[in-house]
Amino acid sequence: MIGKIKILKPGILSSIQDKGRFGFSKFGVPRSGAMDQKSYALANFLLGNDQDDACIEWVFQSPVLEFSEPTIISLTGAEANFYLNDKKIKMNRRIRVDKKDVLSSGFCKKNMYGYVGIKNGLITQEALSSKSYYKSITDQYVLHKNDEITYHKIAVFENHFSNISVPNFIENKGKLKVYKGAEFDQLSETQKQVLLNTNFTISNTINRMAIQLEEKLDNDLPSILTSAVLPGTIQLTPSGKLIVLMRDCQTTGGYPRVLQLTEDAINNIAQKRMKDKCSFELL
Amino acid sequence: MKYELQYKRYAEKAILVEWPSEIDENILQDLLFYKKSIEIFYDKLIVEVISSYNSLLICYVSTIEDVYDKILELKSMYNKDFQHVGLKNRLWKIPVCYTTTLAKDLEVFAKSKSLTIDEIISLHTASLYKVYFIGFLPGFFYLGGLDERLHLPRKLTPSLSVKKGSVAIGGNQTGVYPMDSPGGWHVIGMCPLDLFDPKSENFCFVRPGDKIQFMSISEKEYNDIGSLVFNGDYIPQSALL
Repeated sequence: MIGKIKILKPGILSSIQDKGRFGFSKFGVPRSGAMDQKSYALANFLLGNDQDDACIEWVFQSPVLEFSEPTIISLTGAEANFYLNDKKIKMNRRIRVDKKDVLSSGFCKKNMYGYVGIKNGLITQEALSSKSYYKSITDQYVLHKNDEITYHKIAVFENHFSNISVPNFIENKGKLKVYKGAEFDQLSETQKQVLLNTNFTISNTINRMAIQLEEKLDNDLPSILTSAVLPGTIQLTPSGKLIVLMRDCQTTGGYPRVLQLTEDAINNIAQKRMKDKCSFELL
Repeated sequence: MKYELQYKRYAEKAILVEWPSEIDENILQDLLFYKKSIEIFYDKLIVEVISSYNSLLICYVSTIEDVYDKILELKSMYNKDFQHVGLKNRLWKIPVCYTTTLAKDLEVFAKSKSLTIDEIISLHTASLYKVYFIGFLPGFFYLGGLDERLHLPRKLTPSLSVKKGSVAIGGNQTGVYPMDSPGGWHVIGMCPLDLFDPKSENFCFVRPGDKIQFMSISEKEYNDIGSLVFNGDYIPQSALL
């Protein structure tokens, strides 16, 4: 009753992700989980999965996958031309996959993080209540060529194969909604104005831990006593750099926390690429 | 003693409670009592409380609809006199091998502090360190109580890889790296224990509020304990405080 996905090409930093770990931050364990939780949730929703079933997350280039047994998959998040064997297939809907089918894609056309969902989720190592990869928590932290991932095969497909589909990931053209950070009120009026009126640029320092912004903010705030941070917390470093913490961030930090992104804003900024713009608006 | 606390919305699903900004054992005790009350009041499954030196971050599973309501609820828990039966702290004895062969910065550290290695060992093992909270890395505990004579600013350029088990000093702090990591602290010893093991049921045995004492061991003992730990046969020594 088990099928296997064989990784023919691993793509770039492909990993397994779910909703992430809740309840372990107090031991210093990062939350982790899909960078764009909205697209990840869509992948499971399309398949009628549990909302925390594990998916494959890829960055910029999707992996090439071979399926050993029949199943249904979904493709959400970053946009690319996808092919099942040589036939072009659409994103954001249910796709029937048969024995020995190969999923491949062209280079990512838009956004950063894509998701491959599979009916009933992937069966992989669970560590501290989550399947999300993270170095030192799970044995593996990135997918390699020839890795095999198991899943529940589907013996009989339903007669009427529903054609349910959802709209693509819609980029937020407007401002990202934020809460005041814990140290926001320590900023001067000028600093606040600059923070809320600048059209910031995403720098080339982007990873699952954090996104650094290019423009700096004059900073004269002292460091704080090390305190809790969350994904979406924007820290102001002594040199004036703004760092947006993302899903794999540490659980504590010593830089002033100037803003906090809403969940929706975290998903949106996750999909931005180097040189893309973003600005912030208080709720 | 009760403090004047600040309550702030931190995110959709999180509220931050802050004490005065200082490192103080009385604040820690008050904060940990409050943390316990909150955890008992809510089901542990729907809330996570992350503590640090002077704050609690209370994370809910779902979005907070009425933040003032939630803050009132939290405040009522602080003012309540609670029977804290569950808050028992332990003193952990953590073995450390302080030799220049294992600890790569020990010699340079001794020179810059003008201390002998024996003096460093006796100063570092004499204190009972208070565990304030866990952060930075999984299982990395922030300790209070490092002897002033051992304070040394962090390295200007952090090392790319500090080995798991490294016992190190950075500024006025000391700690043990629970896994390989980049880091800017000076490594003065090596600890053979697994301070964080996601595969073990008791994956992070040291808790905030506990105390730690380092005990000096020989290189042979370091290797012996290391193989016991590897086979899962080592039980860390501790006593109730």
